[in-house]
Amino acid sequence: MNSLVAPRKWERFFWPIVATGLLLALWHYSVIWTGTKIFPSPLDVEKGMKELAQESLLWAYIGDSLRRVAIGFGSAVILGLPLGLTLGWYPGVSQVINPTLELLRPISPIAWIPVSIIFFGVGDNAAIFLIFLGSFFPIVVTCVTGVSNVPSMFKRAGRNFGLRPAALLTKVVFPAALPQILVGLRIALGIAWLVVVAAEMIAVDSGLGYLIIDARNSGKRYDLVVAAMIMIGVIGLALDFGFRRLEKMRQVRWGFRVES
Amino acid sequence: MTEAVAAPAVTTIKMRAERINMAFEQDGKRTSVLEDVNLSVSEGEFLCLLGPSGCGKSTLLSTIAGFLTPTSGEVRIDGEVVRGPDPRRIFVFQERGVFPWLTVEGNIGFGLFKLSASERQRRIDYYVNMVGLKGFEKAYPQELSGGMKQRLEVARALAVNPDMLFLDEPFGALDSITRHIMRGELLRIWEAERKTIIFVTHDIDEAVQLADRVAIMSARPAKIQQIVDIDIPHPRDMSSRRYLELRDGIYRQIGLAHRI
Amino acid sequence: MKLPRWLRPVAFIAILLAVWQVAIDRHPVHLLPDPLEVAGGIADLIRHGLLLKYVVASLFRVTWGFVLAVILAIPLGLTIGWYSRATMAFNPIIQIVRPISPLAWIPIAILWFGVGDGAAIFLIFMGCFFPLLLTAMNAVRNIPAVHINAGRNFGLNTPALIYRVLYPAVIPQLIVGLRITMGIAWLVVVAAEMIAVSSGLGFLIVDARNAGNRYDLVVAGMVLIGIIGLLLDMGMRSLERLRAFRWGYSEN
Repeated sequence: MNSLVAPRKWERFFWPIVATGLLLALWHYSVIWTGTKIFPSPLDVEKGMKELAQESLLWAYIGDSLRRVAIGFGSAVILGLPLGLTLGWYPGVSQVINPTLELLRPISPIAWIPVSIIFFGVGDNAAIFLIFLGSFFPIVVTCVTGVSNVPSMFKRAGRNFGLRPAALLTKVVFPAALPQILVGLRIALGIAWLVVVAAEMIAVDSGLGYLIIDARNSGKRYDLVVAAMIMIGVIGLALDFGFRRLEKMRQVRWGFRVES
Repeated sequence: MTEAVAAPAVTTIKMRAERINMAFEQDGKRTSVLEDVNLSVSEGEFLCLLGPSGCGKSTLLSTIAGFLTPTSGEVRIDGEVVRGPDPRRIFVFQERGVFPWLTVEGNIGFGLFKLSASERQRRIDYYVNMVGLKGFEKAYPQELSGGMKQRLEVARALAVNPDMLFLDEPFGALDSITRHIMRGELLRIWEAERKTIIFVTHDIDEAVQLADRVAIMSARPAKIQQIVDIDIPHPRDMSSRRYLELRDGIYRQIGLAHRI
Repeated sequence: MKLPRWLRPVAFIAILLAVWQVAIDRHPVHLLPDPLEVAGGIADLIRHGLLLKYVVASLFRVTWGFVLAVILAIPLGLTIGWYSRATMAFNPIIQIVRPISPLAWIPIAILWFGVGDGAAIFLIFMGCFFPLLLTAMNAVRNIPAVHINAGRNFGLNTPALIYRVLYPAVIPQLIVGLRITMGIAWLVVVAAEMIAVSSGLGFLIVDARNAGNRYDLVVAGMVLIGIIGLLLDMGMRSLERLRAFRWGYSEN
């Protein structure tokens, strides 16, 4: 946008490598110069990662985290999507229910832990409930906005062709809103990934979040802490990427501007 | 009796474009948009670039204005090679070019930062009047109609007293009645200030009504196919024989059917 | 019997509260309070002067963490977004660090700042930094090229271009981003307080439970968190409505 010389193809790889390399070097030398005994250097973290990869426990933990996200997020989609579509479709209903949702939404899922323990006890189900809560509200909000953003000319065309409201919702409004809903789902998945890590740090004893707490508590293994953090980042990114592939499907690709 | 305004007797060449070639590369494919274009414009002249959409006339105009660098060839204005945009030659985009965060006054005064506050205000008042926006000085562009926004953009351009104006299909987004009115306005302004104008359009009538000369461009890769002298003095009668002769000539030159 | 519009959501909430009350009375769930007990809990907090103290503590941390993030992330994000090479360079790092939950930074936060306010503010900062950075980057990249070209056409040098074109053009998007990030900050502060400090609404929840299973206070805390979070959001929305910024939401 600024320079008149357009960047060349090889620069797409060159600059990230340079920047990442510089930051790693900065990290490495900060550790050396400050003489810290606890904070790991990049090499320590790399060794830590290898150590974890060899332990089967790591893969079990990753599996646990993903499983919880799948169930929690999945339930949020199953319950939130219809609710959101209904609220978006019937603005009268939305006007009544929305303030309640707006009051519940700012309450961090973590704040629900004591209550969720009452209902689900300590363990998996409590964590899944938290993930559900964290994803539920964004999904509902996205559906409501998506539906209300469908241009009225589409709805009119549908009615013109004789569609009844239920068919109108499923055959016109839902496909029209789908690109926006998918973006909202992707963001909600990102939130679910954040919540699972947080939930695991507090309420359960397996998973990547738990790994972080455990590594610190039993022996101040900060190299493992940072290694786990990086893995959390990478898996979160992978989930995001995977979801973006969905957005490329031809049924929804029309809804996205071409990225140059 | 309205005075017919004639072009100045002494013609100095204001802009000369020589052997302009413009090719774009995308995804490995090389598209040639302009091929060996030669064009010169005299001082105080009103020149139209005419051609169908996508033929490259906007590219040519952007190149002359200095926003694009030609692949080969050069553009000289007042003898100097053009190296970038300059306040002496202002580009008028379609009405989306006005700054939405500034009022009418703010927009018109935008380029006047080198003047004293009183001088700036004088100019703003003058041009607000000249383009017929009196009373709307404090309005924001979103409160204006399409035609008003277009006039605002012309006022903003004129306020800095440029030598040349480039207009890229400025009336394209307006309805045909408003377009007709705007053409009259533009001619009125041009006759008052006698700037050198290069005007891009795809509307044959518009070109014949406005221009001293019409440069007809071929399809991509574009060349100047022919230059037609419109030797009718202003105000031009759209039913006069000469007008219809010239217009039909252009229709034939472009190869369009005369009956629909 | 048609209720006036504004009354209906209130009625809805009242019905929910009534259902909750009745449900607990009929089938008491161990420890779970009913709405009356929660109200009593709130009154309790006010009586002990804790309500104001805890709310202020939470707001204090949120403000510090949020403001620090704004000061650092917005200029940085605008710069990175402006130079396409910088965007290319930093994007992979940003994309990997972004999905890491702010709470995952707790061990490092405690290592660097010890248990206390500093750690909590750091966590909020980490939670806000990347969303704000990305908002700023996207806002710059979304500026229509016409405006940049027009600015250059009128002879603006780079500092003037930044101040007179870029900055006004990105403000609407930045304000929306600020509102969303404020919501994130509020979520993080509560979580951070449950772990790392000894005051604030998050701490209230944890403490009330640990020191005697005072679930009436737990739920009271949750209700207060919801209300204040909503008020913060409404406050940010009113910023969006100022006339000077409203242009960003209409058809250009």
